[in-house]
Amino acid sequence: MTGLQRAGRWIGDHLVMAAGLLVLVYMFVPIAVVMLMSFNDNSKSRNVYAFRDFTWSNWAHPCRPDGMCDAVVRSIEIGLLATLVATLLGTLAAFALVRHDFVGRSVANTVIFLPMASPEIVMGSSLLALFVAGGFGGQLGFVTIFIAHVMFCLSFVIVTVKARLSGLDGNLEQAAMDLYASEWTTFWRVTFPLVFPGIAAAALLSFSLSFDDFIITNLNAGQTVTFPMFVWGVAQRGIPMQVNVVGTVMFLISLFLVLTNMLVTRKKAAV
Amino acid sequence: MSLAADRASEARSLRLTALTKEFTTFTAVRSLDLEVPAGSFFALLGPSGCGKTTTLRMVAGLEVPTSGTIHLGDDEITYEKPYRRPVNTVFQNYALFPHLDIHENVAFGLRRRKVKDVDQQVKEMLALVELESQASKKPPQMSGGQQQRVALARALINRPEVLLLDEPLGALDLKLRRSMQIELKRIQTEVGLTFVHVTHDQEEAMTMADTIAVMNGGVIEQMGSPAELYENPRTTFVANFLGQSNLIAGSVAAVDADVVRVDMHGTQVSIPIDRSHTRSGDGWVGIRPEKVLIAPAGEPIDAPGNHMTGGIITDVSFVGVSTQYLVMMPWGQELMSFEQNTGRRAVLDKGTKVDVSWRPEFAFLLPSSQDVNAGVHEEV
Amino acid sequence: MRRGRFTGYWLMAPAALWLALFFVIPFYSLLATSLFDPEGSVLTGYDVDYRFANFVDALDQFWEPLFRSLWYAAVATAICLVLGYVLAYAIAFKGGRWRNFLLVLVIAPFFTSFLVRTLSWKLILADDGFVVDTLQFLHLLGEDGRLLATPVAVIAGLVYNFLPFMVLPLYASLEKIDTRLVEAASDLYASPTRGFLKVTLPLSKPGVVAGTLLTFIPAAGDYINASLLGSPNQRMVGNVIQNLFTSTGDYATAGALSVILMAIIVAMVMVYIRTAGTEELV
Repeated sequence: MTGLQRAGRWIGDHLVMAAGLLVLVYMFVPIAVVMLMSFNDNSKSRNVYAFRDFTWSNWAHPCRPDGMCDAVVRSIEIGLLATLVATLLGTLAAFALVRHDFVGRSVANTVIFLPMASPEIVMGSSLLALFVAGGFGGQLGFVTIFIAHVMFCLSFVIVTVKARLSGLDGNLEQAAMDLYASEWTTFWRVTFPLVFPGIAAAALLSFSLSFDDFIITNLNAGQTVTFPMFVWGVAQRGIPMQVNVVGTVMFLISLFLVLTNMLVTRKKAAV
Repeated sequence: MSLAADRASEARSLRLTALTKEFTTFTAVRSLDLEVPAGSFFALLGPSGCGKTTTLRMVAGLEVPTSGTIHLGDDEITYEKPYRRPVNTVFQNYALFPHLDIHENVAFGLRRRKVKDVDQQVKEMLALVELESQASKKPPQMSGGQQQRVALARALINRPEVLLLDEPLGALDLKLRRSMQIELKRIQTEVGLTFVHVTHDQEEAMTMADTIAVMNGGVIEQMGSPAELYENPRTTFVANFLGQSNLIAGSVAAVDADVVRVDMHGTQVSIPIDRSHTRSGDGWVGIRPEKVLIAPAGEPIDAPGNHMTGGIITDVSFVGVSTQYLVMMPWGQELMSFEQNTGRRAVLDKGTKVDVSWRPEFAFLLPSSQDVNAGVHEEV
Repeated sequence: MRRGRFTGYWLMAPAALWLALFFVIPFYSLLATSLFDPEGSVLTGYDVDYRFANFVDALDQFWEPLFRSLWYAAVATAICLVLGYVLAYAIAFKGGRWRNFLLVLVIAPFFTSFLVRTLSWKLILADDGFVVDTLQFLHLLGEDGRLLATPVAVIAGLVYNFLPFMVLPLYASLEKIDTRLVEAASDLYASPTRGFLKVTLPLSKPGVVAGTLLTFIPAAGDYINASLLGSPNQRMVGNVIQNLFTSTGDYATAGALSVILMAIIVAMVMVYIRTAGTEELV
């Protein structure tokens, strides 16, 4: 092989990876900008779309913008509650779909995909139509947001837990029963620990979907303001830099959780 | 180990009566009757789909029989939950709990039964299977052979009255399989428990088991010691599945007091009466390849007996310990003949004209109603 | 383990009930809403009077944002497919032991608020920002040309926001491909390009189908990118529906428009799946 050929082959081998990394960079540029802007001092300028001076003050006083921290807290409350309920109901449903035969199972299997395949604007407006038709048009708020969030998180939970559950070797449960574990003990000692990573991933996904949702929430929120709605509201006037602080913190926490989950799983499965 | 002593006092036999399992589309096990004596190493041998694993799973309680009963001594356990019977299983792919380390895997059964002194027992058991140093590893970190031994330890530690082994060596390579066979046999002798072993590997069954039941199509074809089954098969399936057989068409000419005389393509051969499984009409004369002796035409064969001439060697395979010949007989059938390479005579060449002979007491006779090819290609 | 004949029903019931009440039934409410007499209001109440004219009105008034939505979503999906394929391919076949870490990086942007990330595009594409300056320097953009408030910005935002939805299913199906098949192709005289076109690409089809659907559908209904990065000239159907519901209070037209959007998407998806010849989604 000549040097030229060898060089050509090296480039060929690495070109794809280089292109892939460029795409990843594209995905991270906005996040880098969010992080950078969290240190932006825009007190001397009305232009919020350019970096002026470095400051710690956004991090020191994250709650300065009116209503922002209330919105964050509300989003966290809704997120936790919706995650709890969606994870619980979704996990039960995943068990039903994988482990039990019942009339309507194939219909159920199809229906759970639909919320993931429907545009949010349609789901949001449908739900609003239902609430208005049911006479709750004037009572939109925390409860209606919670209902909506559980609804769209459910599918993701079911699909995630189902995947984990159907990958589970059924022999393991039989082995446990063979080794004197009752159905109940088998579930808690074998099934649950093995499915848990799937449930944890589903919960994490639910929380971030709920915390981040805008389109469906906005239609069904009434006067209640979640963090994305706060951002939407201030976006027209010029956003306070503290919004970037929240964005950065969220990113770092989730990255930490995901990486921890990954490392723990890898350590467990280490060969 | 004190396992043997503990168990001996309460050893009970396992008895299956008219056991049947029907699935929606087929019947896996048909009215099976079987008694496994306490302390024996029993093998259920058969091709895949013969119902052997289903039988095992019914004994374990993982499958509910359609009808029939399962008794352990005088107790009926047919419908007992798997966790309430003194029976443990070594699963085909071991089914080790991936989230527990080796120590906890082995301790699992004891902990469920709230036994005291678990750690000490686990240590002893891991010593028995020579894995003491691996106690804190997780199953995926171990080799196939090690996982197999953990699975064995995990079941054995519960001192079950019956230990079920479902193709326990199937996932291991040939060499490891051979050494594990000897190991398993040693452990069984040491602990003195009843082992019921399911396999499709006839060599494995013969190496380890005291008694083999050959299963086919949901029923037991024949049951007995390995030598009994091999030397005196009662069906063409057993003759072909357990080792290899030459089956030659013939018809019964006369029945004497102790032999049956069979006309076989013009030669009359005699077969001991206790090895003749038909007394009239057409039949298959069976003879194992290593019992078939050959010599160049006209030369004496040192085992007097049924003698046939006019064979021609059509294939020679030298396999080290022996040479395997195919001999075309005048009636157009190729017979197999395996000869030990003792060095007494040079290997014969292809095309050599040979005479063929075997001692009458090695032959057997099967009814012609049975399929001559049953069990031939079903080994794996 | 399948013991207890009714266990399946009990386990499924809560989730099924929730989805029936708040996902399936709302579609009926939406249909009913789309047939309202538009004279009503939230305060006085509406009557369903099977006003099919609502659909005609909605199409007549808003065919342009509707068409624009589908067009932008299609372009964004095509770009996502190219970028997503490159990334998924790189991770699946060249990622080695970094695979999982790279995958985490793909999902990571999900965890920063959608809105906050979209707003940061506003900064990146700003009139005096680095990107615009560079393009002007290269004469790819006129002296007073801009990116914000153009279709380019809206589509770039859509591509950015929905790219992970493309990468994940593509990765899932690429990862399943046995690399020996590609080696076999090259052993059988296929050039790398032909090997890719004849082996890898067809085998990754389920991922391509799932990825394009998961990108196209939310992109067609999105209005955040159009609002934050575009101008009224880039208004999408989502903007219209949202406005009609929350500001104008014209529920009938909004409902009709939602039904039309859903119907178009369902029709397109069905045609697409049939042509692509695959039944498995995700």
